[in-house]
Amino acid sequence: MTDGAALGRRLREGDRSAAPAALNVIEDRSPAGRSAALELLAEVSTAAMKGEAPAHLIGVTGPPGAGKSCLLSALVAAWRAAGRTVAILAVDPSSKRSGGSLLGDRARIDHDPADDGVLIRSTAAGMRLGGLAPPTREAAEALAAAFDVVVVETVGVGQSETDVEQVCDTVAVIVQPGSGDTLQFLKAGIMEVPDILVVTKADLGDVALAARRDLAAALRSLGRRETPVLAVSSLPPPSGVDELVAALDAHRAALDLPAVRTRQRRLAALAEFTFESGERALRALGGRREAEKLLAAQDPALSVRDLLAVLEQQSR
Amino acid sequence: MRTYAGHSTARESNALYRKNLEKGQTGLSIAFDLPTQTGYDPDHELARGEVGKVGVSIAHKGDMHTLLDGIPLGEMNTSMTINATAAWLLALYLTVAEENGVDRGALQGTTQNDIIKEFLSRGTYAFPPGPSLRLIADMIAFTVDEVPKWNPINICSYHLQEAGATPAQEIAYALSTAIAVLDAARERVPEETFPRVFGRISFFVNAGIRFVEEHAKLRAMGQLWEEIGRARYGVTDERFLRFRYGVQVNSLGLTEAQPENNVIRIVLEALAVTMGRDARARALQLPAWNEALGLPRPWDQQWSLRIQQILAFETDLLEYPDIFEGSVVMDGLVSEIVDAARAEMATVEEHGGAVDAVNYMKTQLVESHRARVAAIERGDLKVVGQNVFTSTEPSPLREGSDGGILTVDPAVEEQQKDAVTEWRSSRDQSAVDAALSQLSEAARDDSINIMPATLACSAAGATTGEWAGALREVFGEYRAPTGVADAAMAPDDEALSELRDRVETVSEGLGRRLKILVGKPGLDGHSNGAEQIAVRARDAGMDVVYEGIRLTPARIAQAAVQEGVHVVGLSILSGSHLELIPSVLAELRDAGVDVPVVVGGIIPEADAEKLREAGVARVYTPKDFEISRIMGDIVDLVADRNGLAAAPAAA
Repeated sequence: MTDGAALGRRLREGDRSAAPAALNVIEDRSPAGRSAALELLAEVSTAAMKGEAPAHLIGVTGPPGAGKSCLLSALVAAWRAAGRTVAILAVDPSSKRSGGSLLGDRARIDHDPADDGVLIRSTAAGMRLGGLAPPTREAAEALAAAFDVVVVETVGVGQSETDVEQVCDTVAVIVQPGSGDTLQFLKAGIMEVPDILVVTKADLGDVALAARRDLAAALRSLGRRETPVLAVSSLPPPSGVDELVAALDAHRAALDLPAVRTRQRRLAALAEFTFESGERALRALGGRREAEKLLAAQDPALSVRDLLAVLEQQSR
Repeated sequence: MRTYAGHSTARESNALYRKNLEKGQTGLSIAFDLPTQTGYDPDHELARGEVGKVGVSIAHKGDMHTLLDGIPLGEMNTSMTINATAAWLLALYLTVAEENGVDRGALQGTTQNDIIKEFLSRGTYAFPPGPSLRLIADMIAFTVDEVPKWNPINICSYHLQEAGATPAQEIAYALSTAIAVLDAARERVPEETFPRVFGRISFFVNAGIRFVEEHAKLRAMGQLWEEIGRARYGVTDERFLRFRYGVQVNSLGLTEAQPENNVIRIVLEALAVTMGRDARARALQLPAWNEALGLPRPWDQQWSLRIQQILAFETDLLEYPDIFEGSVVMDGLVSEIVDAARAEMATVEEHGGAVDAVNYMKTQLVESHRARVAAIERGDLKVVGQNVFTSTEPSPLREGSDGGILTVDPAVEEQQKDAVTEWRSSRDQSAVDAALSQLSEAARDDSINIMPATLACSAAGATTGEWAGALREVFGEYRAPTGVADAAMAPDDEALSELRDRVETVSEGLGRRLKILVGKPGLDGHSNGAEQIAVRARDAGMDVVYEGIRLTPARIAQAAVQEGVHVVGLSILSGSHLELIPSVLAELRDAGVDVPVVVGGIIPEADAEKLREAGVARVYTPKDFEISRIMGDIVDLVADRNGLAAAPAAA
């Protein structure tokens, strides 16, 4: 049987070569796999790490064809040039009918196969309707112990940012010039305002400029004028990539990291509890508000699994 | 009349050309190897196993001199199957002509130069779509005055049919490509020259086995082409409006099972493009009967040449005016195809034209091909010897010691590697450096034509890899869309749902969903087969990591490790399986990956045996047309390797 704890310890010590096997364990839904995964995750928990994992967890999301893969190619090159190691979790939707999936992002993200400082793992969103599957959150948690930057890449506009937000420190939404979806969703309040908006294909010139202007105007009207809107071109000669790296770093530097991650763990535990046990169980706790209060009273370092256990115990 | 030929070294290909010319061939059709087609020198990592394999290796003007030695260039009509690096190979050809004292104005021939179909089907692209289109436009602007008898581009609907296109799609995507090219060229030539540019555009089409419909397709294409010339570009001169095309008949329908039947298919397909005078091909090129088995030998090519000679000289085919004139059936068929093609062209236009619609067109092709493959599997589409009438006597054609195919000596690669090193050390390096930096400058400035700088590089002795490398620096690398992600699901049927149950059962045992890596090692870009496997694996319920084409063994191993896959599927059609597959296996072993590896491709049985000995779990060839069965094998292999009880077998 796989020794989950040993894999977790290796990750905690910065051994990146343990990452693929660790991800196999985390994705394993069999009872034996689950218990190995829990041992593994315990080794990379906030308590075991003696503080929050220092990795920068970045969510990159946007509609298909917006240029996410090109942008990630450019970001990977920039991060590697600066000596930072990078793990990318590329999440693609699963077919509702067959349960299978076609995971094509790996082919589109440029990387050097000889460079062990880059890991790309394609994962299927699974059959769960909407949102990130639990293995994605746990995978991000595990990778954060060993990599400097962990990117969670998802497809979509409108809904998925909310889930990515529960996993990542910084969320960047990628907007393709000429498509008005993001603008409409922002204005209508369907979509949360992301931390950073990136307009791709800046080489298109006027169209990209117009998209950037419209987004900035929308943010002003929402009272969020401080949210950066950047234009990036990944085609040679690339432009705007360094500025984006700086903006991502600046956002992260301004965060109260322990507070943000604690809040995320509590939200994730609540979401997971509701999914697993249902609204009825939530009512047994006295409703969402009471459940939130219960979580807020817990030790901030408690992991999602521990928090979930607290909720389950209380609801019986 | 010619046959598509060239292999190994320039010297051996030269001998082959001279022999073919003696046999009555009237032109040259040069096949280049994949490194030359994609802009790599023989000693580049990606060239491994591919040097001299599907064509001749040409790394510099010295090779071109050897290739054309003793051939009267002023009298030749030379067709070069070259696309991404067309500007470079044309420059080498012009340099050799000049150094042999032949006037540019006398040179006749064609560079294929259709990059869109490389993105859609054939995979030998080098640069992103924008810069690629610019190179084509530059060549058109250059040749129209400098090499006036040259056809700078030959738009290929051929490969679209190979990728699965229906007749309407074949016409629509080829003509949309022509429009994209002409629009780009229009900006680079004087207005009065433009009608001549239009007149120099030629096509390379495919003719399939449904030869009556195929003939109608060509009539439809000619009609639409003239319409485009008049309406969109205002061309009025009849000479420039003629739809000029050459043909290679279909290879897709050629079977590995009972391969002798392919000769009959080739004859019928040749009839499709010669029957009616109003839509008759200007150049005809026939494949060899054994293409689905491996590389054709000189004798196989001679047989194809003889087919053409019999049609031309023994039959009465060429004695009549158009035999379909006034045919109600033919006219009806033509107008049906015209309407469908027009509608599809409008859709491409809505997607922003051929360049922006690459992803859309690719997805449509994957979808059409999926439907075709499924129809053969179900038996709705009958292929004699493959899915009907399959019992056969042993074929005497395959009894020779060579197994009925040509094999290329692997030593060629080492020779070429040494030769290119030798070449680099014996030239004036400062002249090469100066020419290459001039090339980079020209590439960066969109208003400069790339051809003069390219000719300077050629004359100075630069290599294919150096020319393409300088342009890659400026233009960037590119990976074409795969079309698989958006491909529609196969309709549910019993076989598929039974397969899904097995995938579910095994996934349950594995703890996570069965995950497969599909990719193509080496430079071979014919991805149709790999795409069909990837799409079907998804439909069967697997998680599929599709890595696409042009993968090094190291990259495949890295993907297998990082993705945690349970099985690896590799596809390779260029014939370099014996060089590449063992090194993929070695890399996987070094990386500690212990998963079954299955391989598909044009692999002779003797080679298949060697691959199995090297550790490949299963080898599939074109005769294995039942993808469902391949999927079933894969599920069993994974179950077996992971010690799971065998999944319930097919009922």
